[in-house]
Amino acid sequence: MDAIMLQEKLVERLLCPRVRTSRQKEKQYVGFATLPNQVHRKSVKKGFDFTLMVAGESGMGKSTLVNSLFLTDLYKDRKLLNAEERINQTVEIIKHTVDIEEKGVKLKLTIVDTPGFGDAVNNNECWKPITDYIDQQFEQYFRDESGLNRKNIQDNRVHCCLYFIPPFGHGLRPVDVEFMKALHEKVNVVPLIAKADCLTPSEIKKLKDRVRDEIERFGIKVYQFPECDSDEDEEFKQLDKELKECCPFAVIGSNTVVEARGQRVRGRLYPWGIVEVENQSHCDFVKLRNILIRSHMHDLKDVTCDMHYENYRAQCIQDMTSKLTQDNRMESPIPMLPQSTPDVETDRLIKMKDEELARMQEMLNKMQQQIHDGKDQ
Amino acid sequence: TPHSCKTVPGPGMGDFSYVGIDAILEQMRRKAMKQGFELNIMVVGQSGLGKSTLMNTLFKSKVSRKSVQATSQEKIPKTIHIKSVSHDIEEKGVRMKLTVIDTPGFGDQINNENCWQPIMKFINAQYEQYLQEEININRKKRIPDSRVHCCIYFIPPTGHCLRPLDVEFMRRLSKVVNIVPVIAKADTLTLEERDFFKQKIREELRANGIDVYPQKEFDEDAEDRMINDKIREMIPFAVVGSDQEYQVNGRRLLGRKTKWGTIEVENIAHCEFAYLRDLLIRTHMENIKDITSSIHYEVYRVRRLNENNTAVAHANGLPQHHMTSHEM
Repeated sequence: MDAIMLQEKLVERLLCPRVRTSRQKEKQYVGFATLPNQVHRKSVKKGFDFTLMVAGESGMGKSTLVNSLFLTDLYKDRKLLNAEERINQTVEIIKHTVDIEEKGVKLKLTIVDTPGFGDAVNNNECWKPITDYIDQQFEQYFRDESGLNRKNIQDNRVHCCLYFIPPFGHGLRPVDVEFMKALHEKVNVVPLIAKADCLTPSEIKKLKDRVRDEIERFGIKVYQFPECDSDEDEEFKQLDKELKECCPFAVIGSNTVVEARGQRVRGRLYPWGIVEVENQSHCDFVKLRNILIRSHMHDLKDVTCDMHYENYRAQCIQDMTSKLTQDNRMESPIPMLPQSTPDVETDRLIKMKDEELARMQEMLNKMQQQIHDGKDQ
Repeated sequence: TPHSCKTVPGPGMGDFSYVGIDAILEQMRRKAMKQGFELNIMVVGQSGLGKSTLMNTLFKSKVSRKSVQATSQEKIPKTIHIKSVSHDIEEKGVRMKLTVIDTPGFGDQINNENCWQPIMKFINAQYEQYLQEEININRKKRIPDSRVHCCIYFIPPTGHCLRPLDVEFMRRLSKVVNIVPVIAKADTLTLEERDFFKQKIREELRANGIDVYPQKEFDEDAEDRMINDKIREMIPFAVVGSDQEYQVNGRRLLGRKTKWGTIEVENIAHCEFAYLRDLLIRTHMENIKDITSSIHYEVYRVRRLNENNTAVAHANGLPQHHMTSHEM
């Protein structure tokens, strides 16, 4: 459902039951019911941000899917390594940022790519650079949050991690299990079945059942959709139920437009037929897009802030206080901040902003001085 | 080329100039029919790439390990297992003992270092077994041939290029066995993607000095070279396997049915399964066996006979120092 529509619906619900005489209405209507609208307007002005991580072996269609989801072309100048170059490759973390605007709403989208994951012959702990990156973002936010100047905090925390499971296997492989377990308490993990157009409908069902089963068996905590409110209508509840039963989503991506059934659609052209990315009977792309962007983007951010980040923060504070007592120092009410990991870019930005603030402060002082001098004359 | 002499009865000459040499072909054929053929194919690739299904499709019967073993759910083993399953199949009076050698666990672990070793060991063990029989004083009339004639290597259809694991495996094993690489589950690639992928793979095979079947150095004559060059332009074959039949245009065909169409396995406009089948079975089967016995096996034999160690003590594979000198 549209964010705007939701807000309007809310306002309606709040106002409707109070239909009485106009006089009584005036008396009882305070006016804060418009608050959601005000928040909404402010958010639109401020803009939103969202950080999405994609992980999985090379060739699973990650880049294509990201481009399909956000209708972007983020990987235009990418160079693919060949096998020889990959032999000594380690897992890298690469960020792409793009500003998207639609109907006046601005989104700053950051895609965190993880090339090299799972591609080597020996993939022991290949997830470590990824967990380190996520921790670093938490740490940076923790420092900023605990700092004195909190006006320009940049939130680089990862809100969601799409994990691409190959469709070729019979379920989860050892590397899939280990990766998801290393990440499930740090980020919202959304497992996907990649390149789903190589599976028949019965194979997809079998694979999904198997993956769901193994996720439960291995105790992997993937992102859970929040429960429906009990007062939602039946249609909404039914949709929600279907969504949950569809996990993991079997997706296909495409950046090419083909002609199918007299229409131009995004799809893949095979000699035996055309796969349409946005056809719900072909794959779950539409469901994934709706979840990620249209209905659950905010919840993904909330869970990241309220659960994953708070867990990190609590753990951090615990570690620090236990270290303090170990060191036999005086217990200070505010724990010392953790050692910052060198992040040149962020440091530079913070320095810039600090300098700017200092300049503005100076100007203000000057102006005040002038006014004061003016008064005196 | 050897000087060939053909006697053809001229008009009005009767049977004086016809010797009947060519009748030997018929004799050989009859003997072969009586004896039957042996073919040992190994399949190597990660779990779920359709190895068992492809074997069943190739031989149009349930010859794979999975069809024989009752497995409730396919589990990835923690180490590599080598499992052989043999079947006697017959077609138009010709009998064949087909052995499919499966390698579950290959490439499925987090750390796949040296996962080619058990496979290399197995292949050498078959050569060793044959050698033992050969050097016996009292030899069997027909030595049972368990040597791996062909190793089909399944490349996952990523569409990008070979993975380090693929290069490592093929580089080492192409020196001891005929490797036929295939692109597995090719119904996930469009024709464009498939051509790009194949080109990349061929480039990488060349760059790494990997000689897959049909190897250029074993072409016997110009005719061979011409035929094999055409094949070398096409490998690796992009295959799709299926053991289910569907009704398409009034015919029953092997295929895969999806919501957007039915993939016909034997239709060369859809995938290259038919080319693989023709290569392995209809045209080059004898050549594959020939190269195994007259080249790969002979290399092994010469090396073993040059050693000073007793064959008995090392019946299960080459001693370590020979293994390393053999590898690049």
